[in-house]
Amino acid sequence: MRGDDTMDGGAVAAQTQVVIEIRGVCKTYANGLRALSAVDLDIRRGEIFALLGPNGAGKTTLISIVCGIVTPTGGRVIADGHDIAADYRAARAKIGLVPQELATDAFETVAATVRLSRGLFGRPPDPACIEKILRDLSLWEKRDAKIVELSGGMKRRVMIAKALSHEPRILFLDEPTAGVDVELRRDMWALVRGLRDNGVTIILTTHYIEEAEQMADRIGVISRGEIILVEETSVLMRKLGKKQLTLNLVKPLAAIPEGLADWRLELRANGAELVLEFDVTADRTGVPSLLRRMSDLGIAFKDLNTRQSSLEDIFVSLVTDASGDAR
Amino acid sequence: MNFNRHGVLAIYRFELARFRRTLMTSLLTPVISTSLYFVVFGSAIGSRMTEIGGVPYAAFIVPGLIMLSVFTESISNAAFGIYMPKFTGTIYELLSAPISAFETVLAYVGAAATKSIVLGLVIFATAHLFVDLDIAHPVWMLVFLVLIATTFCLFGFIIGIWAKSFEQLQVVPLLVVMPLTFLGGAFYSIDILPEPWRTLTLFNPVVYLISGFRWSFFGTGDVGVAVSLVATLGFLLACLAVIAWMFRTGYRLKR
Repeated sequence: MRGDDTMDGGAVAAQTQVVIEIRGVCKTYANGLRALSAVDLDIRRGEIFALLGPNGAGKTTLISIVCGIVTPTGGRVIADGHDIAADYRAARAKIGLVPQELATDAFETVAATVRLSRGLFGRPPDPACIEKILRDLSLWEKRDAKIVELSGGMKRRVMIAKALSHEPRILFLDEPTAGVDVELRRDMWALVRGLRDNGVTIILTTHYIEEAEQMADRIGVISRGEIILVEETSVLMRKLGKKQLTLNLVKPLAAIPEGLADWRLELRANGAELVLEFDVTADRTGVPSLLRRMSDLGIAFKDLNTRQSSLEDIFVSLVTDASGDAR
Repeated sequence: MNFNRHGVLAIYRFELARFRRTLMTSLLTPVISTSLYFVVFGSAIGSRMTEIGGVPYAAFIVPGLIMLSVFTESISNAAFGIYMPKFTGTIYELLSAPISAFETVLAYVGAAATKSIVLGLVIFATAHLFVDLDIAHPVWMLVFLVLIATTFCLFGFIIGIWAKSFEQLQVVPLLVVMPLTFLGGAFYSIDILPEPWRTLTLFNPVVYLISGFRWSFFGTGDVGVAVSLVATLGFLLACLAVIAWMFRTGYRLKR
């Protein structure tokens, strides 16, 4: 336990270096739609950060502002030490973006578009680098194919290759796995992990909460243009990730017996179910001792099951709370 | 990195590669149509026409023919070059790249102008097969060709940013530039027009461009060469000003 603490401490010290600093960024579109209101957010160097939120919450707007596609109404963004407006060349050269929509030059070849992307971001031509990226994404065989001839999944790979062509230090993935088959999703996550191992900071938005849970170091929840929560994934799971043990009793109980008063128990289903809520990460969950005591008291059960609240539950409750407050 | 050289070169090469793929249609078409103009206007009709200002009619129409093709090709190439990324959505990459508005325009307009200049020279070479041409001011001919090609590419770039549909992309070249070119003395000297048409024609900006180019060929034009040069530069600066405004405000590019 102590060893773990020291390791955590070291990791935190290395991670607390902020690579993207977002301060008071807001955006109201020309049609009056307020997409973001005064967002503050810090992204740490080398982390995988997942931005979660329902459709229209402002995820894409926030990403587009950092990448320079949308002009913010107010606020400022520092990317890798460079102001994205005043020092846009230095800031943008570090950033790669894979947008949500499939947008490709249909009649160009795979290699030509990827070469164009590298040049656009100010890097000299480097055939070896382009070859490595195309091979990593299983696109090498298709390098001379016109993009119009590729499948949807292959086009998505081309877009990733374009975003990686200038070897960015910060990578934005906007809904990277939306409408993507299992194989590509697996490849993509392997790629993301590989990039992270090389020190690339990754910010992704996703609807697949499981993925955020498995992939992300930290999770930010955005709703109605406001960041309502930013937390380490593990802390968030610990904080809100309660586990529930349900015991189906042989004989229903009228009340919780005196002998079980030490546990936080609840009777459900007219006394036929005994429910214990416990924290998985705690040293003593209380489960083994409860079962021993019940056996001593002669309370028999015929079945038991446990259920962990998923990030999805947490997310839904957070968003509902936030919208409740707004009303 | 105060100038994104690699970015400019990458766009320039990418655009020229696009032109190369359509080399047959983009260069062969004007050669064929130029030849047809010579057969119809130069030989068939021209043989019955008197000289204009001491220049045989077949030779007289050469500058006008080159200008007609350079105008329309410049506009459509430059407009298409910037409209396609908007249409397909790949514009996101250009907007998120560390490349300035000036560099973007330099690359796109540079590529489109390169093609127009090559086209102008190809038509000139084709014309040589039909008529004898002695160029009075070869250097000025090149200067006018480069200036006018660049100006119309800038104009096309504006149309490409402005257009919201393929139809709008075609409207200006077909409904504005083509008529103004035909009425602007591409195939005749405006001196042969009766009043008030002659005076009215002087409001057509294309008159000054064609006149200047024709002056470089034959040493005479409808208006003074200085006036032509000023008009050409004025048009160029106006286009640059509009583009600068478009990028500063993000007009139809950024939200």
